[in-house]
Amino acid sequence: MKIRGKKGREAGVSRVVPERLPVHEEEVRARPRPRVVVAMSGGVDSSVAAALLAQEGYEVAGIMLRLWAAEASAEEVCDPVTRSSNGRIQHFVHNRCCTPDAVEDARKVCALLDIPFYLLNAEQAFRQHVVEPFVSAYVAGQTPNPCLACNRHIRFGFLLRYARALGAEYLATGHYAQIQKENGRYRLMKGVDVQKDQSYVLYMLGQEDLAHVLFPVGHFRKPAIRKLAHEFGLPVAEKGDSQDLCFVAGEGYRQFLGEQVPEALRPGPIFDQAGHRLGTHNGLPLYTIGQRRGLGLHTGHPLYVLRLDTQENCLIVGPQEALDRREVAVAAVRYVAGRPPQRSLRVTAKLRYGAPPAPATLEPLAGDAARLTFDKAQRAVSPGQAAVFYDDEELLGGGLIGGGA
Amino acid sequence: MKDGRKMIYLDHSATTPVHPRVREAMAPYFGDSYGNPSSLHRLGQRAHRAVEDSRKQVAEILGCHAGEIVFTSCGSESDNLAIRGVAFANKSRGRHIITSSVEHHAVLYTGEQLEQHFGFEVTYLAVDRDGRVNPDDVAGAIRPDTILISVMYANNEVGTIQPLREIGTIARAHDIPFHTDAVQAAAYLDLNVDELQVDLLSLSGHKFYAPKGVGILYVRRGTRLLPMLTGGGQEQNRRAGTHNVPYIAGIAKALQIVAEEKEAEGRRLSLLRDQLAGRLFAAIPEARLTGPQDARLPGHLSFTLEGLEAEGILMGLDLAGICASSGSACTSGASEPSHVLRAMDVPLSRCYGALRFTLGYQNTMQDVERVIATLPPLIRRLKEAGGHQ
Repeated sequence: MKIRGKKGREAGVSRVVPERLPVHEEEVRARPRPRVVVAMSGGVDSSVAAALLAQEGYEVAGIMLRLWAAEASAEEVCDPVTRSSNGRIQHFVHNRCCTPDAVEDARKVCALLDIPFYLLNAEQAFRQHVVEPFVSAYVAGQTPNPCLACNRHIRFGFLLRYARALGAEYLATGHYAQIQKENGRYRLMKGVDVQKDQSYVLYMLGQEDLAHVLFPVGHFRKPAIRKLAHEFGLPVAEKGDSQDLCFVAGEGYRQFLGEQVPEALRPGPIFDQAGHRLGTHNGLPLYTIGQRRGLGLHTGHPLYVLRLDTQENCLIVGPQEALDRREVAVAAVRYVAGRPPQRSLRVTAKLRYGAPPAPATLEPLAGDAARLTFDKAQRAVSPGQAAVFYDDEELLGGGLIGGGA
Repeated sequence: MKDGRKMIYLDHSATTPVHPRVREAMAPYFGDSYGNPSSLHRLGQRAHRAVEDSRKQVAEILGCHAGEIVFTSCGSESDNLAIRGVAFANKSRGRHIITSSVEHHAVLYTGEQLEQHFGFEVTYLAVDRDGRVNPDDVAGAIRPDTILISVMYANNEVGTIQPLREIGTIARAHDIPFHTDAVQAAAYLDLNVDELQVDLLSLSGHKFYAPKGVGILYVRRGTRLLPMLTGGGQEQNRRAGTHNVPYIAGIAKALQIVAEEKEAEGRRLSLLRDQLAGRLFAAIPEARLTGPQDARLPGHLSFTLEGLEAEGILMGLDLAGICASSGSACTSGASEPSHVLRAMDVPLSRCYGALRFTLGYQNTMQDVERVIATLPPLIRRLKEAGGHQ
């Protein structure tokens, strides 16, 4: 592998290579270098992750998941944009994360690093575990975050299992987060770059997962990653950051829902808190708690979506203060440590990916439920989004904001 | 490989390495003997000699006249020229073509285009569970306006050898030109065109140790053929374009090498293949052979697995230094089941788990042992990981 320049590592950062050695299967032990599969997106972060690991001496293989190609049925190929089959020309819309361009970029990076590259079809799993629940959650009046389901079921589910079956000790991704090992336990830490920190979407990782996952870029700030990309000579150094909602190509999730569940987009009344009808909505899945724009109301003072009543198919709006919540019910909670804390805990918590963490008390409840009580009221608490809690830089766990919030 | 282990290549149906003796035969024409065979001067004459000597060598192996050999750029071009060339030259006599449902896409898509854009009608013959065409079906499909029959010699995906002679006899009795795509057969099977009763026969150099980018079409004297490439009048006006002299020298040498060695090599590879098949199938009970037990290409093993997609297996094999393929035309990682397997009535759930190992002259028992040691545990691990996503 040709590496130009120096490593450019930042000070005070832990090693990319964990001290851990391969533990199981003879085949793994017999190999001189641990094998790692890097989940390639064609973007700068996963590309630098692959380069760093190759430089560290891992046996690296890049795998890109083919997740979604709208309009491609199970019987049809979704390869290069059009394909003649029985005389018909079929057009396929690609998701942003595996467009032919992104595939080609990932291929180029792997060729440059002299590591194998494979495209792995995960469309069926992605549809089942991400797209369908995404649509159902919207229909149920929630605001789902498909990245959470994707990370849980696809990247750190399907792909991690696959990588392990292919003899890899680790799966690496380009996420900005850090894994630390202490006394045989794994801790999940925020990325060094607080602006880029992606630990929010990784809360579902447990000890078993973290033992086999690497986040090489989490030890760097984004500008350092771009600099590394240049130094490694990667052709993707100047690419923009990837977007959320990767499978909703173009027109956004509203159009996507319109295509997927047109029957769920029934117009209905908009009420204020006192039950006065103020207008008509175009279908509940098109609205999100805290939304102000696009309501079509002319009341003189700003009104916000407070609640989606799927039973009555009505939208409740009100003033901004009415969005405030101090208590948030959290369901399906997962703790990185593998078990809930013994008693209530002071934490900082995030209710949205982009929100700053706010001080709160975490109270584990029966089963996998928990309650967060914030010191100060939080605005626009959206069922379906994740509530994630930290002890300073360490991610303790998280869950989904409950429906009755 | 980087870790010093030898890469084991078991994908010879996809392509083969260039034989050292072939490289040697080509070398002069990349060097001092760079002339154009159509030129008057001595440099051109030397190149002309190379092309004509090559033509003669090829003709000897095919048991035909040198003038019946057309050099092309690849197997697909040979198939295209044969089918489209005969179809266009005979369209005043009729517009019906007979072929099989398991042909290479170079044949199938050419047929489709003739149907969609040029008013031809193509009959795609069904095959049995081993992928074999029944000669009686060929006879039954013949119409007064049938102007071409095209049936492949051996199938790339499942190794099935077709009863060419029987079909050829039928074609001749009806005075219909008979083409065969012999691309997969060339390295192992008899290529005597009179024995096979064929009028057109396609070959592709890179399937038998010549480089990619050169092919052959045999065209029996008296076969009406409209050229597809028109221009300088090369190849007796059947295929214009400056001769690719080094590659023509290469394909002739390669054909000579495999002709000399095919009997012994066929026996050797069949034995290796049978070892591989026997021990893999013992270790993987759900594996099912595709294609026939006996009338199949030497060194060709293809089978399917239930409920497991081939792509993960191929990745795992590649990471272990073993090159194999799924045997289907699917190159994208997406899931279109093979038309060959579907035509053979292989259940859809098995079409996605198709594997193909095709051996070649460098393979040894050691290579077979590596596959036997690698594949069963890999399949077990992928199954545990939830093979079908």
